[in-house]
Amino acid sequence: MRPETEAELADIILNADDPLRIHGGGTRSDQTMTGTALDTRALSGITLYEPGALTLVAKAGTPLTEINATLAEQGQRLAFEPMDHRVVLGTQGEPTIGGVAAANVSGPRRIQVGACRDFMIGVQYVDGSGQLVKNGGRVMKNVTGYDLVKLMAGSWGTLGVMTEVSMKVLAIPQAEATLVRHGHTPQDAVQSMTAALGSPYDVSGAAHFNGRTQIRIEGLAGSVEYRAGQLQASELAGFERVDGEVSAMLWTEVRDVTPFAQTTGALWRVSVKPSDGVGITAALQRAEVAHDVIYDWGGGLLWVLVHAKSEVRSDGAAQVLRNAVNAVGGHATLVRRGTGMSQDVPVFHPEAPGVAALGTALRARHDPRGILNPGLMG
Amino acid sequence: MEMPEPSPRVLDQKTALVAALQAVLPAESVIADESETRAYECDALTAYKCPPLVVVLPASTQEVAAALKVCHRMGVPVVPRGSGTSLAGGALPTADCVILGTARLNNVLETDYDNRVIRVQSGRTNLSVTGAVEEEDFFYAPDPSSQLACAIAGNIAMNSGGAHCLKYGVTTNNLLGVRMVTIEGEVLDIGGAHLDAGGLDLLGLICGSEGQLGVVTEATLRILRKPEGARPVLMGFDSSEVAGACVSDIIKAGVLPVAIEFMDSLCIRVTDQFSGAGYPDCEALLIVEVEGSDIEIEEQLALILDIARKHNPVELREAKTGDEAARIWLGRKSAFGAMGRINDYMCLDGTIPVSELPRVLRRIGEMSQEFGLEVGNVFHAGDGNMHPLILFDANKPGDLETCEAFGAEILKLCVEVGGCLTGEHGVGIEKRDLMTYQYAPADLEAQMAVKDVFDPGWLLNPAKVFPLQTSQTRRLAAQ
Repeated sequence: MRPETEAELADIILNADDPLRIHGGGTRSDQTMTGTALDTRALSGITLYEPGALTLVAKAGTPLTEINATLAEQGQRLAFEPMDHRVVLGTQGEPTIGGVAAANVSGPRRIQVGACRDFMIGVQYVDGSGQLVKNGGRVMKNVTGYDLVKLMAGSWGTLGVMTEVSMKVLAIPQAEATLVRHGHTPQDAVQSMTAALGSPYDVSGAAHFNGRTQIRIEGLAGSVEYRAGQLQASELAGFERVDGEVSAMLWTEVRDVTPFAQTTGALWRVSVKPSDGVGITAALQRAEVAHDVIYDWGGGLLWVLVHAKSEVRSDGAAQVLRNAVNAVGGHATLVRRGTGMSQDVPVFHPEAPGVAALGTALRARHDPRGILNPGLMG
Repeated sequence: MEMPEPSPRVLDQKTALVAALQAVLPAESVIADESETRAYECDALTAYKCPPLVVVLPASTQEVAAALKVCHRMGVPVVPRGSGTSLAGGALPTADCVILGTARLNNVLETDYDNRVIRVQSGRTNLSVTGAVEEEDFFYAPDPSSQLACAIAGNIAMNSGGAHCLKYGVTTNNLLGVRMVTIEGEVLDIGGAHLDAGGLDLLGLICGSEGQLGVVTEATLRILRKPEGARPVLMGFDSSEVAGACVSDIIKAGVLPVAIEFMDSLCIRVTDQFSGAGYPDCEALLIVEVEGSDIEIEEQLALILDIARKHNPVELREAKTGDEAARIWLGRKSAFGAMGRINDYMCLDGTIPVSELPRVLRRIGEMSQEFGLEVGNVFHAGDGNMHPLILFDANKPGDLETCEAFGAEILKLCVEVGGCLTGEHGVGIEKRDLMTYQYAPADLEAQMAVKDVFDPGWLLNPAKVFPLQTSQTRRLAAQ
């Protein structure tokens, strides 16, 4: 089913007897989900773009490429740097802005500027009763009523099908540079990243994998020059500097988790506080779970690849990982199920009972018949 | 402003309620004497007053939970209160309510510079959060103008902003976690020192919910390293349109100043007389502030001044010294006080798309003539968050009503041009009845459904945010 208007979408939902599996470009969808496919791609097009107000409003099915191209013409961009999931999921299709919003997809710059949800300023959606709801608007400061925009961000279609989103956008900076060092242990890396992020030099990326630590600075050319120099003189002594496109490529790699492309093991996205990141890895090692890790967000975001041939079965590894996360606070999301991994391992991190109960009740209110991506979030 | 009739059932059980609260809280934490509860009869929206039935000032999450359990069991409405600086009447009591104040919850629980977070009890004031970390050159970014007095609990309830949110965002962008007590007295931890939600973003929902979903007792906040320096530049223009166009061009150019403040001619005159800031006599004035090292500041200012010059400013004033910088800010920072000296005023808070600035200012000028009340405009121009100050005389019969009617028209105008009723103050009671201009019945229903989930009995701050008529069925069912 492929509605072309909000009214058509509302009709489809109102008259649906069976569960609906909602997708845009299908680049992030859980392919194992059942239900009738509901395609949002015909709800497409940028409806408003005001570069001088830093705002863009687009229908949910608008391809991300169209949005990026339109913004780039005015020297602007989606600053939260959404990941392209095709690289690690091996999916086809064109990502849509609705998919980005529904999954709250953010990249390395999240530590400095915020997540997708921080840039979402308005939303329209059709809930599980077929009711069209709008919340927020097209201005970046808005506290009128409850912030359902945040609730919809990362709700994976379980509360409603988004039809339109409003975004705050930002200018593409004049210059960018990355300070790089090879041969680092994760411990060294976290120390360097912490020092850089705690400096006054406005770091917009701090990642580590395979011995390489990389720290990004963006802004006016003179400012980048100054801050790179200051960091190299103190916090990041011994780091080399790369600029422009070479720098940008390093971050596309981190954003899309490119080192883990073409692998088959279970892939986890773990969010903990930066100083806990290395401990999570240590817990996996102690349990003899063979794995690789990419550290982003100064050590607070871990992309954990459990090797397909790990001695500890992937289900057991899931338990080790989630126990380790529970011990320090945070969450581990299963981005890609490993081969032979049981469907019993939930995609989303199990929440404390009181919090989980609120989530369940909110879903029940928004979707009383339980037809919107049922079971996806619990 | 209409408030619901107090419930006779609740009023009748005051003695039992006080006894029940005293049984679970230290004696000094329960205030029932009418001469003392009067101190809590209003917040910063002083036109409306009503002493509460009882005030409780718990000193721990456990005490908050105990107090809420009592209120829940006895069906008594609870109005949470931070420091009572709400301009929207967010903490206005009803005669049948328990005010739950966070004043005794003011400790710092943990500072963590490596992870750049601080965990505080929610009654701590905004400025004292920065105070706790400035020794290490860190700060907490949201800076509402009441920051000396306002509590983090209130900041979270209203999703407060400030002058510097163009760069740093508002409360919701700087809040990582809360410990919250539900109306049933259940203690929940939502979020933490890590980033983003693992499931639904309940934290984003709670922030800005005006104390209607739960009582936040602890907050984990993002702290940032202080920039090396900051410097403002002042620009005078001979029309608001030109000033508005200049704002738009600065934003488009890719420099992101930390603040772009706007003042119109009335505000310029009044604040200049009051503060002696030495502002130019012109139609519109912008204060643009940038941050960084000296080299970085020079680089940004060169770009900004270039843009400004293209708009034929009547004055461009750079601050060469700290003293000159302070003088540029002096008038702006004393604007509300200065306006208050010449008359009573009502401060509005609508946001508009930046591109609509000239049209909205012109229309406000026309309405000022129609209603016969003067308006000064001083606001955060970078994000379109306006603060029209309508001057009126509280002692003159009918003036407050005219002022409120005028204010309502301005807010409707904000919505009409694509903006919203409130950018950072919150709805409270002040904008409650205007909600139908911004939201259709289904939009309000979706929001009230959220409250149903968190607070099925509609006991938490029930007469706020939603038009009384819209929420009536739910509130009455609760009684």
